[in-house]
Amino acid sequence: MATSLDASEAKVAEHKRPDRPTAMEHATPWLFVLPSVLLLLAVGLYPIGYTFVISFHNWTLGQAEPSFTALSNYVEVLTDGAFLDAVSRTMLLLAITLPIQLALGLGIALLLHTHFNKWLRTILQVVLVIPIAITPAVLGLLVQVMFDNQFGIINHALASIGIQGVNWLGDTTAAYTTVCIAQIWQWTPFAALVISASLATVPSEIEEAALLETSRWWPRFRRVLLPYLWPGITAVLVFQTAFVIKQFGMVYSIQKGGPGSATQLVMLEIERTAFRGFDIGAAAAQSILMLVLSILLAQTYIKLFYREAA
Amino acid sequence: MANEKLLKLLHGLAVVLILGIILFPPYWMVAASLKTESQLFAIPPHWLWDTTLQGYIDAFQQSPILSALWNSVWVTGAAVGLGLLVGAPAAYGISRYNFPGRKQIWFWYVTHWMLVPVVILIPFYLLAVNLGMINNPWILVLVYQVFVVPLVVWLMVDQFRSVPPVLEEAALLDGLSRFGVFVRISLPLVKPGIVVAGILAGIFAWNNLIYAFILTPAQGARTAPTIALSYLGGYKVPWTQVMASATLISAPVILGGIAVHKYMARGLTMGAVK
Repeated sequence: MATSLDASEAKVAEHKRPDRPTAMEHATPWLFVLPSVLLLLAVGLYPIGYTFVISFHNWTLGQAEPSFTALSNYVEVLTDGAFLDAVSRTMLLLAITLPIQLALGLGIALLLHTHFNKWLRTILQVVLVIPIAITPAVLGLLVQVMFDNQFGIINHALASIGIQGVNWLGDTTAAYTTVCIAQIWQWTPFAALVISASLATVPSEIEEAALLETSRWWPRFRRVLLPYLWPGITAVLVFQTAFVIKQFGMVYSIQKGGPGSATQLVMLEIERTAFRGFDIGAAAAQSILMLVLSILLAQTYIKLFYREAA
Repeated sequence: MANEKLLKLLHGLAVVLILGIILFPPYWMVAASLKTESQLFAIPPHWLWDTTLQGYIDAFQQSPILSALWNSVWVTGAAVGLGLLVGAPAAYGISRYNFPGRKQIWFWYVTHWMLVPVVILIPFYLLAVNLGMINNPWILVLVYQVFVVPLVVWLMVDQFRSVPPVLEEAALLDGLSRFGVFVRISLPLVKPGIVVAGILAGIFAWNNLIYAFILTPAQGARTAPTIALSYLGGYKVPWTQVMASATLISAPVILGGIAVHKYMARGLTMGAVK
């Protein structure tokens, strides 16, 4: 991320005028930027601060005024099985889908990188955006139709190869697997597009030179292509993590976190705490904890993988 | 040589397989929307059938899908409009000036993608209740800015960088103000970029469920994705109607996505990749 900005820095410096800018000129960039900053402060930072404050209060919607309770919401939330279960369900979803998405995404990106059939390649490039664009709530409905235990096309197809009647939506493990499959279907194309974009940054002379050195594929991939892929892979990790943690619509529209709480991801749990349990204080504490967790994860990825890139 | 041919064949087969996996579910949705209830759940499935528009007719007559689609259209339009209005100048300022804090602000925008929506949803809900704005879709227009503005700024910074500064300097020498240069010279040159940023941000605004689900729950105020869920409450789900609605809800975003497919990766990663 930093490199492109540095390049533009040089560009800006080039065009700086030698004479000292006037006070008015000092102010102009801010005049351009200010409206967006103010808007984001109002709809982003201010609400976060407000939630942070609420998280230290005992507040049940529709009942008495909020009262300060220091850390008791955090203690309650961290000792409450339901929330921790939802967090571990979400982290498990991440742990299952991320490696699969990276591997499949890399595979698709390499297919796109091979110039065998231009026509097929263009079609694939266009088609890849369809899962990303499709409304998650709609995807959830479609999952219900396709994975229906009795009448679904998936079980029909499985039956033809001898696997009978998987209870996709009723069994807890199968329901969780269904969510994993839908998540992988929707977001693997994103990994493919990002990695494919990174592959396109490999100078073709370097690739050709490597081909002269060795015809074996693996060393060429590891030593020549991979170093160019780290920024893209890091981006995939960071953004897929955000997509999993923010996941709500698709899972909610499959069966609202059910059966039981088998697919109750963290967003669904916080929504339940806040808007059906009306425990605003606890929900605020849960949100803040998730915010901290997502920032820590993002920083870890950048530390782990950006160092390799440097 | 034979090896080369085999590789080509395998490559083609792999691509076709992936195309099939990606395209089948949307195909199945559209197909289901054109079937009758008994055809939809027939085993073995019907691959050829007399298509019927009954699902669409039922959806229009029995559910508020049309008003929900209309709500989504104008909420998305207004959210993207507002985002472009404040985002485009910000992108211009960031790409044309070197000022202290510029790098930090640029990075600050992307952090909004990591935001867990409930963090800002709780205060927005309380505010909406206090102001009597629950079920007022304008509150969605405001809250969507949290992802629309960063997306617009990041994409447009790219665009403005591709405008040669020489053009602007000539206009400045001709006596045009900085703001005049921005409006009359730079903006027209990045028109395609504005469209791309608008469509990408629009897809996310259109698809959003969680904010609309909580902030505009009443029948008349609902957006399209939330209407999709409303079918599930009843005793018997009218599946052909649901699939017809699902097709209507996702068609605009799929078409939009295809239109901007070249920018999807770059847009979603906030420019982290070229």
